[in-house]
Formats: sequence, structure tokens, C-alpha cells
Amino acid sequence: MTTPSPQAPVLQVKDLQVQFATNDGPVFAVNGVSFDLARGQTLGIVGESGSGKSQTALAMMGLLARQGQASGQVLYQGQNLLTLAPDALNTLRGAHIAMVFQDPMTALNPYLTVERQMTEVLQWHKGLDRKAARQRALAMLDAVKIPDAAGRISRYPHEFSGGMRQRVMLAMSLLCEPEILLADEPTTALDVTVQAQILALLRELQRDLGTAVVLITHDLGVVAGVCDQVLVMYGGRVMEQGSVEHIFARAAHPYTRGLLQAIPRMDGEASSLRAIPGTPPLMAQLPSGCPFVPRCALADAQCSQEVPVLQAIAASQAADEPFVAHRACHRTEAQVLHHEVLEAGHG
Amino acid sequence: MADTTPLLSVRDLQVHFPVRAASAWPWEGARPLKAVDAVSFDLYAGQTLGVVGESGCGKSTLARALLHLHPATGGSIVWRGQEMRRATPAQWLAVRKDIQMVFQDPLASLNPRMTVAQIIGEPLRIHYPELDAPAVMARVRSMMDRVGLTAQQINRYPHEFSGGQCQRIGIARALILSPKLVVCDEPVSALDVSIQAQIVNLLQDLQRELGLALIFIAHDLAVVRHISQRVMVMYLGRSVEIAERKALYQHPRHPYTQALLSAIPLLDPVAERNKVAQLLPGDLPSPLNPPSGCVFRTRCPQAQDACSATVPTLQTDARGHAVACLRA
Amino acid sequence: MPTLIPKSATESAEPAQRSPWLDARIRFVRNRAALASLLILVCIVFACVLGPLLLPYSYEDTDWNQMGIAPTLTGWHLFGTDELGRDLLVRTLVGGRISLTVGLLATLVSVSLGVAWGAVAGFVGGRVDALMMRIVDILYAIPYLLIAIMMVTILGRDFYLVVLTISAFSWMDMARVVRGQTLSIRSKEYVEAARAIGVPTWRIIFSHVVPNLLGIVVIYTSITVPGVILTESVLSFLGLGVQEPMTSWGVLIHDGANVMASSPWMIWFPGAALTITLYCANFIGDGMRDALDPKER
Repeated sequence: MTTPSPQAPVLQVKDLQVQFATNDGPVFAVNGVSFDLARGQTLGIVGESGSGKSQTALAMMGLLARQGQASGQVLYQGQNLLTLAPDALNTLRGAHIAMVFQDPMTALNPYLTVERQMTEVLQWHKGLDRKAARQRALAMLDAVKIPDAAGRISRYPHEFSGGMRQRVMLAMSLLCEPEILLADEPTTALDVTVQAQILALLRELQRDLGTAVVLITHDLGVVAGVCDQVLVMYGGRVMEQGSVEHIFARAAHPYTRGLLQAIPRMDGEASSLRAIPGTPPLMAQLPSGCPFVPRCALADAQCSQEVPVLQAIAASQAADEPFVAHRACHRTEAQVLHHEVLEAGHG
Repeated sequence: MADTTPLLSVRDLQVHFPVRAASAWPWEGARPLKAVDAVSFDLYAGQTLGVVGESGCGKSTLARALLHLHPATGGSIVWRGQEMRRATPAQWLAVRKDIQMVFQDPLASLNPRMTVAQIIGEPLRIHYPELDAPAVMARVRSMMDRVGLTAQQINRYPHEFSGGQCQRIGIARALILSPKLVVCDEPVSALDVSIQAQIVNLLQDLQRELGLALIFIAHDLAVVRHISQRVMVMYLGRSVEIAERKALYQHPRHPYTQALLSAIPLLDPVAERNKVAQLLPGDLPSPLNPPSGCVFRTRCPQAQDACSATVPTLQTDARGHAVACLRA
Repeated sequence: MPTLIPKSATESAEPAQRSPWLDARIRFVRNRAALASLLILVCIVFACVLGPLLLPYSYEDTDWNQMGIAPTLTGWHLFGTDELGRDLLVRTLVGGRISLTVGLLATLVSVSLGVAWGAVAGFVGGRVDALMMRIVDILYAIPYLLIAIMMVTILGRDFYLVVLTISAFSWMDMARVVRGQTLSIRSKEYVEAARAIGVPTWRIIFSHVVPNLLGIVVIYTSITVPGVILTESVLSFLGLGVQEPMTSWGVLIHDGANVMASSPWMIWFPGAALTITLYCANFIGDGMRDALDPKER
């Protein structure tokens, strides 16, 4: 596991908010996301539908839809990406901050060969000529382990399989050796064996290039494998945030714990799954107070009226903890754990 | 197992689709796309058989062949002692009361212009036309209650429901005829994680309550492990391994199963990072042109020369653990 | 933002109850152009149906005192009269009856034929589908005006013949569109689910395919109507439409065109009536398309 480097973080997000103007009034998709990302680290943003995780990434890249409005600060090299002029943002995107999407078929232009698409990036950002760009592209395709890269580089995206396309996307995004890579559900559409390959590849590339990665996913298994820090989102808010060990072993929020119990595990006894009742919220109909109230067994009147604020968990401020864990809940950690013990007794 | 005769017995099932290459002349014959090439298993009453495999393994086609939505082109399907593969539509109609299906996309499997009451009541109206409207509604209501839907939603339309609720409607529709077997084709893949557990629990409760046999098709091995008693692994249209759940997950014998199991992420960061995953090289071969001999040999870490010559068949050992591998 | 009251263990917010048709109606009403067009069209229909009953003249009556006059209030010749002394207002309204009736009938025939043709082709598929669609393609290639002239010359100018001729060349668009939609519906999972339940094919077509076709049929019907009315007007303008003394907007426009220089009102009024009706029908068609667009859901 990578320890946080003592250098300044390569990306700092402070209180990111995303709002959409709709016919029925404003929709608050993201409310107050903050984190620091150091070189070579991976942050996982976990959430279900309506959690706002994808909008967070899109806001960071300046790719929000027209009705979307992002506020707060996304600091890269001292500049706030949210207030940057479009030209300046364009120079950063692709070269310093890259993004990989869930469906490679929509991110790759079906009418251009892979070579064209890759060399285009290099020519635009690095000013290389065609030949040098092609060499770099080939080297990158080798790095992502595409067999017979020289033969395949002149093919079209549809001639590749799903896993191969995702590798091509990774290769394209890493061509300019960006400092930051945003990956929005990069393996969700892939088979589990292909997913394992892509994640192993991602880890390797990260080690070699020192890229910081923000990985958005709904799959906690993926998070366990590649992430150092985890942010758990629900209803547009951060519910819990901390190191990956903290989240999996010492999670202190009812939602996080609920999720972990609802997922069937490969290890351990196949006992009954403890489902979280209810359904994820619709972004347009968020309740006041904590968004998790309708599904939380520990909710009370205060929870419905007051939005809980992210607070540091005392135990995580110890010297050997890499990240200070935070959670947003009105109940204390003791109450959350105690309730679970009671439930286990009944269940 | 209370019964010694299997409820459903499938042997060497084949579902081939004739596919004509786009550039072929009209008189050229079509090549077969072997979506399902040799699937064999037994299913007993009240049991759950999990079917796992990755995309292209043919599990969805298998599900549809079992319900005669695609005609099977070879092999045998024996349902309660009756050979069904060449049965007439009338014979299938009688059997449809006993075999039902839950689909993958909860919203797409419901007619957007029918109310919940009409959707769930349709099987009753087809198979029991003698029932009058109030009787049908009464059964619909009781089934909705059983799957966790409230009665006041009875006249709503599918688009007004969430994914999990739509899947409950689909389950209610499948169960209203009190079938003996329900084939679930990836029933939770399209749902949020927290909702998946609700639906899996619901299926398990209903199975226990109604004594259903389930065929649970999924690509998520963790969910399959949770709900199944026996598990079948498919690769490129063939069943490569079938065993009791514990035996399969703890002592997998087929190299593909071993690779598949090692690829699943564990929910423990330390264990997951220290795990040595077996990464399968290459890509899935095309079902139009499968490799000779064992179809897995192009990616198998243990392949030998003999593997390209002989097609391995399922060999069952004394404990009921079947593997199709020359090396196992 | 509203406070959510936690409900039972398995439900959260109560979604608003709206059938897909009600949803569409609400969206249609919000479209002001479509709503206004609908009201105007209703007024026109009412005027054509009831107007002639309220006016003192019939469409054949000759007012010997006021032949070929401009619109005037004396004698209630609000649209003026033609050179034979026939009141133009009455003739416009009666002509409207004919144009609209022909439009309605021809639309009915062509929609029925188109839907049946397209649904069968789409549902049966295979060679039958290919054959049926090639027939449609061939019909597209035939110039309808030539055929119309031939039919009228051989069989004479009958009201129903006009309807038939127009229908014969207006159903192909509907057939193509319905076929496409049927193909798409046929491969949907809820049709598969119906087959899995054991629903017989005819019942699948009625309960599952047709209700999901209605949306697109309604849209294309509202597109067919202006086309049909215009075709009738064109035929009448060319002298191939309804017989004298029966009149339609096309005939009136034809007559008006002859005397346009001296009596411009003869062409303005029927021309305006036709134009307004066509515009309204188009806006309504647009409104329906937006209201029933499945992507809006």
C-alpha cells in the first residue's frame, strides 16, 4: 500500500457542489465533496445510482451538461479548474488530467483508426510529428499488453473486443503521462476475468508512471483491490471517507456498514444477506436532512431535519493512520456498532 | 433430496443458429453459430442450480431454450419424465404453467402500456380463463403482497416504479401460476447493490416457502455462491464443470473455473492485494469458429497436444462433481 | 425541499400516478402552438358543419342582384360572390366539408391499410416481409398523378373514387413506419415474457404489439391528414376532383385563380381556409409527436 507522500497533494478538491437547473427547480446532484489526492495514490468514489459520483468526476473535468453548475474548488497546480478559461482547461485535459469512461465504444470514434486517435492526442498536446507520435503510441499499446500492437494500431475500434477497447482507452489516456487519471466505472461493462486484467494493468501503470487515480465505481471489490482512500457517497453527499482499511474493517456509518453486509462474499459463510430496505433516492426528490433517513434503522427526528456534517473520527487520527477518516452521521460510532450487534442477535 | 428422479434433465443440449456471412452468395449454406453446444445437468425439485459464465458462454440462450423461446437444435430436455425438445406447441403450453422465467432488465420485461394488475394477472387469464375478474384480482393482490409490493400500486404503470420494484413485479408474474421451476436470467445484474440483496433474499424466501426449483443464471459468482446448492460453469456454449457449491468454490477442478474464481475481487483489501490472480491470456474465441477439441485450450494454462484432438466430455466422480477436462 | 416521511420497509416515496396517455395529454396541452391549432381546427370544423345551415343561401343559389361582387355586408355576402352570383362564404364552408371529409375518409382508409400492412410484414418477417415491402417500394416509384388521371378518365369523377385514389398513394409511409416499430417491439423483452407465459400469437399482437404501436400511428396519422387534404386540393385544382356543382377548396382555388386579377377575394378566402387548416394540422402533428415521444419518459 502506498503511504501518502510528504509532498503537496497533486489534486485538492474543496467543497465541490454541482447543481442542475431543471423545469421542476434546481437539483443538487453533489453537495460538498472534499479530498486531497497525492501522487501515485488511488481514490475510490463509491456509490449507487443517484449518489452523484459520476457528476463529481464530470465536474472536475469541466464536462458537465449545459444546465449544470459546479461550485467550490478543484485545485490543480494552484489553479481552480472550475473557474479556468476553456482554452486553459483544454490544454490541461488530456495532457495533465485524463479520463476513462465506462463504455469504450462511446469514447472512441468509430470512424477513425486507433492510430489516428492516439497520434492526434500526441500531436495536439506534445507537438510531436506523425512518426514520433506513432512510435509513442505503439510503445503505449505494448505497455497495456495489446498483442501484436503494430498490426492492430491501424484497425478500427469495432474490430477490438470489449477488454481490448478498454485497454486502448487506457493507453490513449496515459499517452501524455498525465498526473491525474479519472476513471468512471472503467470495468463495469467487462467480464470478471477481463476486469482482473484491466485492474492489474492499472496498478502496474500507476506504479510505473506515478499517476494519481480517481476511480469511480459501485463495486466494493474493485475498491478493495486498487484503492488507497475511499469516499462513500449517497444522495449527493459524502457519507464516509477514509483509508481503504478503515472502510472495510472499521466502517462507522450505517450506510457503509449496510452495503458491506448486503454484498455476498466469496470468503466466509454463505449466510443470509442483510439487505438495506428501501430504494436509492431520486436526485430531484431529495429529502431535507440526511438523505439516508428513509432507509436507516437508526434515524430519528434530528436526522430528518439536520444534514449531518462530515466529522473526523477520533480513532483515525492516530499517527500510523494514513488518512484521517470522516463520517457524516448524527449517531455515534458506538451506537452504530451496538445496533448491528443487536441486529445480528435477532437475525 | 426428497425426490430421486430429477425434475429437469438436460443432456447434450445444442442450440445452433444458422448464420449467413454478409458477403456470402444467397445460395451458400449458412454456418452454425453454436451458442449452446453441449450442456448437460440434472435439477431436482426445490433445488437451486446456479449457472455462471462470462459473456458469450451461452447462458442466456440456454435459459431461452429451456422455455422453448428458442428451439433447441439437438440433445434432450426431459421435464418430469417427458421429452420436451420436440414437443408440440400444445404440449409446451401445458408445461408453461410449471416453468416460468424472470428476465434481466426489469423495466424492459414489462409492457409499458399495461398496469401492474394486468401484467401480473395475464398468466392467470391465459391458463385459467374460467376465473372471473374478482378472483384474478384477489390472487394478484395476494401475490403482490408476497413479493413486497403494496396493494395501492395495483393500477400503476411500470415506468412509475424503481428497478427493484419492477423486478418484484416480474417475480410476481412468474410465480402467480405456482410453477415448479423458475429460470432467472441475470435477475439482479441491472439493479443497485443494495437492492440486489433484497431481491436475492426474496427469491430465497419464496423458494423455501413454495418449494421452487430455481435456475439462477448470473455472471456474479459471489451471488451465485450465496443462493445455489449446485453450480454449473459454462464456457463458449458448453458446460465445463458442475458440482455442489462448496466443492466447486473450494476445490474447482477445471482450469477455467479456477481462473474465474481467482479473478473475483475479495472484500478484504489485504487479502485482495496479496492474492495471486490467474490472468487468462487472449480473448474469447468466436462461437462461429470454435477451436477444435477442447474449446478452452487456446487460453488454458494447462493445455496439451491431446486437448486439440479430443473434445472432453463431462465426467462425474463419486461425489457428483462433473468436469469436462482431459487434465482434471 | 419536501421532507420525506419514512414509509414501510420496502417502499420510499409514492410516485405520482400517471398513465402514459395522460402524460402525453399533459405534454400536448403544454405545447401552446398545438393547443391553439387544435382549437382553431375545431372552430373550422364547426363552421363547415354548422355554418351553411345558418346562412340564408345554399351553395348553388344564385343571387341575381349581386353577381361577382366583393365582400360586403348587404345580403350577408361576407366573402363576396362569384361570377354566377353564388355566395363564396357558403361555398367555402361547403367546400370545407368536402375537403375535410375526403381528408378524413382517405386518412382512415390509408391508415387502416398502412397499419395492417406494416404490422403483418413486421410481425411475420422473413420472405413475406420482404415481398410486402418490395410492393411498397414499387408503389413509391409510380407517379400518382398519372394514375389519378388514368383512373378518373376511365372511371369518371365520383366522390368515393377520389377518396380511393388519394388513399391508394398515402398509405405507404404509415406501412413502413409501422413495420419498423413492429420489428422493434417484437424483439422487446416483454414480448418474450409474454411468449414465456404462453400467450397465443394473436393475443400478443393485440395486447402487446398494437397498444405500443398506437403512439406512432397517432403521430403519423396527424402527419397524413394535411398531406391528404392537400392531395385532394391538387386533384381538384387540376379538374380531377369532385364534380360540379359540388365544390371543395381545391375547386374554389382553381376558380379563384382564373379571376385572380379582377376578383382577388375569390382566391384569398378558400386559399386562406386551406392554408390555415394545413398549418393547424401540422402544428397538431408536431405537438403529438413531442407528446408521445418515448424518449420523454
